[in-house]
Amino acid sequence: MSKSLFDKVWDSHVVRNIEDGPDVLYIDRHLIHEVTSPVAFVGLKSRGLSVLYPERTFAVADHNTPTINQHLPVEDPLSANQLKTLENNANEYGISHWGLGHQNNGIVHVVGPENGITVPGATIVCGDSHTSTHGAFGAIAFGIGTSEVEMVLTTQCIMQPKPKKMRISVNGALSKGVTPKDVGLYIISQLTTSGATGYFVEYAGDVFENMTMEGRMTVCNLSIEMGARGGMIAPDEKTFDYIKGRPKTPKGADWDTAMAYWKTLKTDDDAVFDKELTFNASDIEPMITYGTNPGMGMGISNNIPSADVVEGGKATYDKSLAYMGYAENDQMIGKKIDYVFIGSCTNGRIEDFRAFASIVKGRQKADNVTAWLVPGSHIVEAKIKEEGLLDIFEAAGFVLREPGCSACLAMNDDKVPAGKYAVSTSNRNFEGRQGPGSRTLLASPLVAAAAAVTGVVTDPRELL
Amino acid sequence: MAYDKFTKLTSTAVPLPIENVDTDQIIPARFLKATTRDGFGDNLFRDWRYNGDDTPKTDFVLNNPIYKGKILVGGKNFGSGSSREHAAWAVYDYGFRCVVSSFFADIFKNNCLNIGVLPVQISPEFSNEIFEAIYADANTELEINLEAQTITLLSSGTQESFDINGYKRGNMLNGFDDIDYLQSMKSEIETFTESRPF
Repeated sequence: MSKSLFDKVWDSHVVRNIEDGPDVLYIDRHLIHEVTSPVAFVGLKSRGLSVLYPERTFAVADHNTPTINQHLPVEDPLSANQLKTLENNANEYGISHWGLGHQNNGIVHVVGPENGITVPGATIVCGDSHTSTHGAFGAIAFGIGTSEVEMVLTTQCIMQPKPKKMRISVNGALSKGVTPKDVGLYIISQLTTSGATGYFVEYAGDVFENMTMEGRMTVCNLSIEMGARGGMIAPDEKTFDYIKGRPKTPKGADWDTAMAYWKTLKTDDDAVFDKELTFNASDIEPMITYGTNPGMGMGISNNIPSADVVEGGKATYDKSLAYMGYAENDQMIGKKIDYVFIGSCTNGRIEDFRAFASIVKGRQKADNVTAWLVPGSHIVEAKIKEEGLLDIFEAAGFVLREPGCSACLAMNDDKVPAGKYAVSTSNRNFEGRQGPGSRTLLASPLVAAAAAVTGVVTDPRELL
Repeated sequence: MAYDKFTKLTSTAVPLPIENVDTDQIIPARFLKATTRDGFGDNLFRDWRYNGDDTPKTDFVLNNPIYKGKILVGGKNFGSGSSREHAAWAVYDYGFRCVVSSFFADIFKNNCLNIGVLPVQISPEFSNEIFEAIYADANTELEINLEAQTITLLSSGTQESFDINGYKRGNMLNGFDDIDYLQSMKSEIETFTESRPF
């Protein structure tokens, strides 16, 4: 029977199929962080259970870490306690731990691929919904709850019904100034935040084939924002080139064996999907969000749509615009900005900082803008310095911070104040996401850079 | 035995007819710093429930004493966004045992099932009828029967059946969780591990 990429990977990980119930799914790689893992370890202890395969779990501190002065003790006692708890649990159970200050530290979904933890054909989970990022490598990767973190720790399995399959194809060539982030935000704006709920997505077509691995990670990262458990892209030469030689990828004969398998990981020609959607690359322009969920996005040169053309209830729509301080039919271009955040597991990789630099080079940060430039990892940070991007940023009046999730979810001190507007390269514009009362406009690194140097929402194509 | 058994629940309900309620609203990230599971109910819907100075927002439903009960009726696409199980814990800790919506986000639904909160998905029409009935009379009761997989609006008698797979239904009726099940198949898992190429 013909199989999709998703079928091939999923089916090969089913330990047991329960009639009228979920599949028992084997997990190859498990990533944990300080916020969603402590209670799982409490659960293990209270049941007297152990960690079955500690070598398959990787602990990384990222969610509530400060992004300045990481060499000093963490000031917030609750954050410090969570970080210490992660370290203690990792040590107690023999799990590798990349804590604050470790050379491999960074956002879990950035460091996984960088270090070769992420490989094609694997199942990868983490107590974080943006685990979908790793699907860029042809892995099945998705976020889980803490009860499931406990399951994986103690049995290396979780129990999940097999999701339905959706294929999203985007064909043609992207226009100038249109980035993978725009592709993602465009798809979400077409599907809404619940349009892919119950599905696992495969991305196909020229646009994804031609995309870099960093770009593919951005797109797969955003899969959860349309409700999908995850999204994946068939591995190709680009994928293999990216992972080859990374610390934790197979070596020698193991590499050859793995490669032989990985090359089979593509959807068969006559495989059937539960849903197929196709978009044209030429319809996509730089995107920006205007509301309080990632589905409320639009081309940057458009006006905010009126409630009657948007899917969903009018009351919810009005509540959203009232929160943002915007009105139907407003133009987004020219809206005043207070903060710019570039970073996160969505856009915190080297390519994102290159894009940001391409616009701020030779320009100056606008006086009314506070900018947070937060690399996704120490490895990204080192590359920023190596490639001379830091010099560009500093000449333009920007400061580079240290890695972490930072203002994406504002668990640390990087909080946007109430009522202020932030153009953010992160993934969620929910009410209060970047700090109580904060107002978030999601966009690409190019749009963020254009806002950072002009102080208002600006079409980046005018500055390229 | 991981949590309380769930068989039948008859209760008044709290209406929250807002669509796309995300888990950042259910429990904002700054309240995720605990290392145990207790007490999240205090911050359930924190920023909709309280002003910046911690005084209650009187127009929010949880601050309106006429609405109470063990059932939360939410709008479409309830629980979207972050995978934080803390959202389900907050719902449970506040005292809800069942969430009703015309559509649930995947991970939230799964998290609820894993801690003994029953997510009940109903039609949009029935959802509207329930909201109208509660707003007409806050003492309106819903009856959730897990064995029969039915939800009934007692004032009108309108009933719908809801989906839940047999395995999860059995777990909730008996108070078992997935770890109990997975523990029982450990040797099968160990054999499977040996076959994994990486």
